[in-house]
Amino acid sequence: MQPAKQDIIQQLQKEVLAMQRLKRGAGHILSTGLREVEKAFPDQAFPLGAVHEFISNAKADAAATSGFMAGLISQLMQKSGTVVWVSTRRTIFPPALAVFGIDPGRIIFIDLWRQKDVLWAIEEALKCSALPAVIGELSELSFTESRRLQLAVEQSRVTGFIHRYNPKSENITACVTRWKIQPLMSETGSMPGVGFPRWNVQLLKVRNGKPGAWQIEWSEGSFKQVAGQDISVAAIQKRKAG
Amino acid sequence: MARRQPALREVPFVLAAPEHGRMVIKAANVPAQEKGIDAGMVVADCRAVLPSLQVFDDKPDQAGKLLNALAEWCIRYTPAVATDMSDGLILDVSGCAHLWGGERPYLKDIIVRLRGFGYDVRAAIADTIGAAWAVARYGTSSPVVEAGLQADALLPLPPAALRLEAAVLEHLRKLGLYTIGSFIHMPRSALRRRFGQGLLTRLDQATGQEFEMIQPIQPAEPYQERLPSPEPIKTAAGIEAALQQLLEMLCRRLAAEGKGLRKSVFKCFRIDGVVQQIETGTNRATRNAAHLFKLFELKIANIAPALGIEVFAIEAGMVEDIPVTQDALWDFTEGGNGTAIAELLDRVAGKLGVQAIHRYLPDEHYWPERSVKTAASLAEKAQACWNPGLPRPIHLLPDPETIEVTVPMPDYPPMLFRYKGELYHVSKADGPERIEQEWWLQRGLYRDYYSVEDRKGARYWIFRAGSYEQGDPQWFIHGFFA
Repeated sequence: MQPAKQDIIQQLQKEVLAMQRLKRGAGHILSTGLREVEKAFPDQAFPLGAVHEFISNAKADAAATSGFMAGLISQLMQKSGTVVWVSTRRTIFPPALAVFGIDPGRIIFIDLWRQKDVLWAIEEALKCSALPAVIGELSELSFTESRRLQLAVEQSRVTGFIHRYNPKSENITACVTRWKIQPLMSETGSMPGVGFPRWNVQLLKVRNGKPGAWQIEWSEGSFKQVAGQDISVAAIQKRKAG
Repeated sequence: MARRQPALREVPFVLAAPEHGRMVIKAANVPAQEKGIDAGMVVADCRAVLPSLQVFDDKPDQAGKLLNALAEWCIRYTPAVATDMSDGLILDVSGCAHLWGGERPYLKDIIVRLRGFGYDVRAAIADTIGAAWAVARYGTSSPVVEAGLQADALLPLPPAALRLEAAVLEHLRKLGLYTIGSFIHMPRSALRRRFGQGLLTRLDQATGQEFEMIQPIQPAEPYQERLPSPEPIKTAAGIEAALQQLLEMLCRRLAAEGKGLRKSVFKCFRIDGVVQQIETGTNRATRNAAHLFKLFELKIANIAPALGIEVFAIEAGMVEDIPVTQDALWDFTEGGNGTAIAELLDRVAGKLGVQAIHRYLPDEHYWPERSVKTAASLAEKAQACWNPGLPRPIHLLPDPETIEVTVPMPDYPPMLFRYKGELYHVSKADGPERIEQEWWLQRGLYRDYYSVEDRKGARYWIFRAGSYEQGDPQWFIHGFFA
């Protein structure tokens, strides 16, 4: 009786996911190399064809967020493909992306001044199914605007990353996840110097999944989870997940 | 020239160009020629003869262009028009002259109209190109040579009328053969031996014993489509339908010719005589009607139909060949999605301006601000390699910002620094990486870059401009590492 019930629940879960159009296409799986993080997602896989939201409040956090996004994008691009990076005030220094395994020449930057234009450009880019990913940098994103973006990716299966730097309010959006990335002290052992980039990755919200926080390092071209005490898991679990 | 400035018609003027350090006359008008001034003379000499002579600069290809334009104009008289050397037009008038009421009125019409424009023209009609050429240039009596009588018409003309080479002409002159009639009846073998085959060929062509071809000019057909509407159109839906139809017509033609357009103009002719137009440009030549429609669609709102539009027209301003291999060459995405991305960028450029789009390639400079350059096109490939080995921050400030530091000793990274009023304690540091000024581009102090990490784990790229030996150097923050 017990296994049968388990099967029914799994079956129902799959149907619910399909209804919510979160079902991924065949052979379209992103291997982040982060087993623990993937467990937080529905279906145990990083959601593609969805819009992810990143929030940062300080310049150092913004750089860490860009680094983490670059790591994800390099996996998505898989040495080929072109991504579009739309922003209002771009600070990305293209040569640094090479560290994350991205050929910076494959990134098309669209630099705009007005928030309205940025949203339009992001939406147009998200509709272009030839792109594996689109990155948008802007500060404010209302629920309606995020809904439009989410509807665009449901058609085109493009993965969108929205990086909100210093937003006025962390309002509810229609994005499937909300992340917050902060830099952590790098580990060099007894050696002098600065080590590999290391972040405290917080998954604050995830639709149909379980939020969490992990310490992650980028080294030798891939993500590695660092065993360490979680800094803010407790704080997150107190919050109601969206 | 006289056509644009009627005042010049009566005044002697010449066109001159520098040649071996002198101004040599390339062309002279009739009043100038009457004073004895002709092409090949030096301007200074002519000025001595005629102080009132006006001199203009000769543009090398202007005459050719003008002749081509005239040839295109002459298509009103016959479909086959060819240009002849630098100063003649050949019209194949077979079956055309009767429309003007015979050969004489036909010829008269051409001459009168061209003279009306201010050109000094001579013309002749004959059975053969050679005879017409000779009579037009050297003929003194009737300009119309009756059928079959071209040999008679040639007899009194000088040998130069046969389009011969200068050496042959000189040879004939030395032998006292001043008219064609004086040698036309000589034995052919003797003529060939003395003057070569060229003379006989030209003679045969003039008399009609040998066939001669002309290469008619092909007037370029503009890439343009028109669509009249039975009733004036006022609605956006109507304009869109017309635009779609026109684009399909134009793109069908472009596809048949293997071309694509880069710029196009959509014109709406309103009832009240006002022309409304919208333009688009694309990053690369395209003949995809759906894509072009999307580009125009963004601007349709700018058209004010007022009382209604009666005729729509689309013009391709810039047409380029689309090589079949282009997709493969351009496509730096391996999946063959280049077109879709180019179309996306066209839409962005059309709405927000092309200056918003950037792509970066490595440049061979260590100086951080110069280490990337903007790619000129989507197709441009990197000439250098990205160097992931160098520590470079993911966020770079557009300009380095000053910081205040506490440094234990020279050539050491700072212990703490103050940036925008906030204090940062450095716990780990790497460096220095010295980047020298490129003296051939810019003078100034070198930079010693350090990557430092503060107690919270944030990583910064800071540098010292110059050294402590040269006084108190400034420190700057230049970027943030991931």
